[in-house]
Amino acid sequence: MELQEKLDAFQQYIDAEEKIEPKDWMPDEYRRHCIRQISQHAHSEVIGMQPEGNWITRAPTLRAKKILLAKIQDEGGHGLYLYSAAETLGISRDEMIRQLHEGKAKYSSVFNYPTLNWADIGAIGWLVDGAAVTNQLSLRRTSYGPYSRAMLRICNEESFHQRQGYEIMTKMANGTPEQRRMAQDALDRWWWPALMMFGPHDNNSPRTYNGIVWKIKRAGNDELRQRFIDKTVPQAEFLGLKIPDPQLQWNEATGHYETGEINWDEFHRVISGDGPCNRQRMEHHKRVHEEGAWVREAAEAFARRRKAENLTEAIA
Amino acid sequence: MEHITDSQGPLWEVFTQKKSGQPYQHAGSLHAFDKEMALENARDLFSRRGEATGLWVVPASEIVAVKPGDAAPFFDPADDKIYRHPTFYEVPEGVKNL
Repeated sequence: MELQEKLDAFQQYIDAEEKIEPKDWMPDEYRRHCIRQISQHAHSEVIGMQPEGNWITRAPTLRAKKILLAKIQDEGGHGLYLYSAAETLGISRDEMIRQLHEGKAKYSSVFNYPTLNWADIGAIGWLVDGAAVTNQLSLRRTSYGPYSRAMLRICNEESFHQRQGYEIMTKMANGTPEQRRMAQDALDRWWWPALMMFGPHDNNSPRTYNGIVWKIKRAGNDELRQRFIDKTVPQAEFLGLKIPDPQLQWNEATGHYETGEINWDEFHRVISGDGPCNRQRMEHHKRVHEEGAWVREAAEAFARRRKAENLTEAIA
Repeated sequence: MEHITDSQGPLWEVFTQKKSGQPYQHAGSLHAFDKEMALENARDLFSRRGEATGLWVVPASEIVAVKPGDAAPFFDPADDKIYRHPTFYEVPEGVKNL
């Protein structure tokens, strides 16, 4: 078959809402796009464990600590689902980790902000997971089969994350004046980074077009961001907290909230490595990966010896 | 994008049974160095909320599958045998419980 025919057949298959599976033919650019998006998504889950991990030893109650541990364990699991999905496209786990360490693969810029007070853990669950789940609900319908299945599983687990975050915010917002001040401070610092999680405006996002045509992404960055804003603003009002945007207003005619412009300079600065915690996050990941090398080597040696023993037994 | 020595152990496919009596279904895949580790990792990864009453792990290299390009001719012997479906048959009016 000519390449053009193959491309046409591929597009028709996708337009019919069929899923692409690992062994199916796919354009090289589709494969690259999926690897880039899924590995970036996986790295975000894993790096995202760090800002929350910062509070495990300082959680205010045993209940809060157990919940936080369970949530962080989920994030690690989500990273593993996504790495597996990316591996089906022919890239190894090692290679993905190398790309992360060399700065060739990115992760969500939101995880480069510090968690300064306990309300930040609430704000992460409510806003960061809330934004992530808005994106992920849409991605359940992505055209790449293994990615779609990972998203279904992740969305089922994420709903607890957002609720536990909102529960923390509710307690803090209704607590002492000091707790209330911390809750507002957390909202002030996490609101804009959460909006940035959806990426640049679509007319400024070079990869959105291919991603939408091939149905890897099912909605544009701006549409998803708007969905998140519309559902989150009333939740902030319920808490009696103020969204840090003087231009925020309800538009009766469109039925949507209007917001001020995102600080894109900050977005690009943080994405390209110059956020408050970029260096710390990457150094931590490298260190833990290197310190864990002996565990992988020992496990490999153990498996090799067991295999040899089994062979000897089978012969004897 | 050539395969580079992987230090995460071989790949395993995981199948879970959601309730006793139900069929096992593919849940996903993971890396582990041996079958015990594969089972424990599968439990920690795919059943943190009691999602499974049973677990199978299979080395991914042992799975045999139909190649996508061969699927159409491979399955087509079933295409023209509509008499294998109950709807093919006409039931006389008035006959019940058939």
